[in-house]
Amino acid sequence: MSEPRHRLMGYVREEIMPHRFCSGCGCGTVLNAFTNAVEGIDLDPGRMVCVSGIGCSSWIPSPYFKSDTLHTTHGRPIAFATGVKMMRPDLTVVVIAGDGDVAGIGGNHLIHAARRNIDLSVFMVNNMIYGMTGGQVAPTTPAGVKTTTTPHRNVEPPFRVADLVVAAGAGYVARWTTYHAFPLMESMQNAMTRKGFSFIEIISQCPENYGRRIGLRRAIDFLKMFKEKAIRIEKTRDMSEEELKDRIIIGRLCDRDRPEFADEMHKLTAEQVAGLKASKEAAG
Amino acid sequence: MYTGLLERHRRGSKLIEITENLCKGCEICIEFCPLKVFEKSDKLNRKGYYLPIVTDEDLCVGCRLCELLCPEFAIVITNE
Repeated sequence: MSEPRHRLMGYVREEIMPHRFCSGCGCGTVLNAFTNAVEGIDLDPGRMVCVSGIGCSSWIPSPYFKSDTLHTTHGRPIAFATGVKMMRPDLTVVVIAGDGDVAGIGGNHLIHAARRNIDLSVFMVNNMIYGMTGGQVAPTTPAGVKTTTTPHRNVEPPFRVADLVVAAGAGYVARWTTYHAFPLMESMQNAMTRKGFSFIEIISQCPENYGRRIGLRRAIDFLKMFKEKAIRIEKTRDMSEEELKDRIIIGRLCDRDRPEFADEMHKLTAEQVAGLKASKEAAG
Repeated sequence: MYTGLLERHRRGSKLIEITENLCKGCEICIEFCPLKVFEKSDKLNRKGYYLPIVTDEDLCVGCRLCELLCPEFAIVITNE
């Protein structure tokens, strides 16, 4: 009997499957949701550039997703993606990277890309730890967790990255978990089709390097925790900060239209060229 | 849609397939199937993971949640 073939195998590099993610890793679900999203809106992977950095989740587009990919230095995927978008505004540029890349080392690139509202889709896979290097504390690690570098406990509060990006001025911001795979997929489709900076924070599980430190050794325990703690943003309007302390707020945090950076820049260039031409003609 | 499913069951065509060598035994499909179609089996794959098996295919309504949640692209639902 021949092995069944998944209908989305054409979108991934089949020759290197199964992928190298640990058993139950959320990165696999994100890859699955991402390929479903790309297939759902009939996006041609040949017209896409996926940019990633360093870490487990940066392996989602490179090498597994079959499009042009840029696997860049740690923390810089948004900087590289800005360059790609400025030179080739016709391409769909997607950044898939981890919390270490986007919120930790590359935090400044993130807030300034959001401020400029450049037409990128940034999918940040937040597993709340530096998983690939062995479980060091990340800016997104919740307070009180014991990690390799905080052996007693972490005393820092975690970064609320999606809220930061809303404040920085992004066009579209959402937060989902790997348990909410269908809305995540739809949200990815929204992010990739709309103009402007789109940011999705995907709360993901790392059973191997984070889960075993907080007593959630199995991926299913993690997903159950997401299911319990997640709360839709529509329901949080009348809730106090104290009530929302341990909850994961999911849903669309903002959706607004602002001038897009690459457009504005190219408009300015055209204006300047026209002005130069006119002054040359006037000079005779 | 549901009549289509019944028709398929009558024909005896396969609905849920698991690519054995892609599975890493995370049990997400077993836990999160709304109709509990999967069960853990004693069968090991090449890498030594316990595979899920389909207990009762007639229960499946083709919601594709397992297909989307599976991190390994190992579950194939044929909905035609």
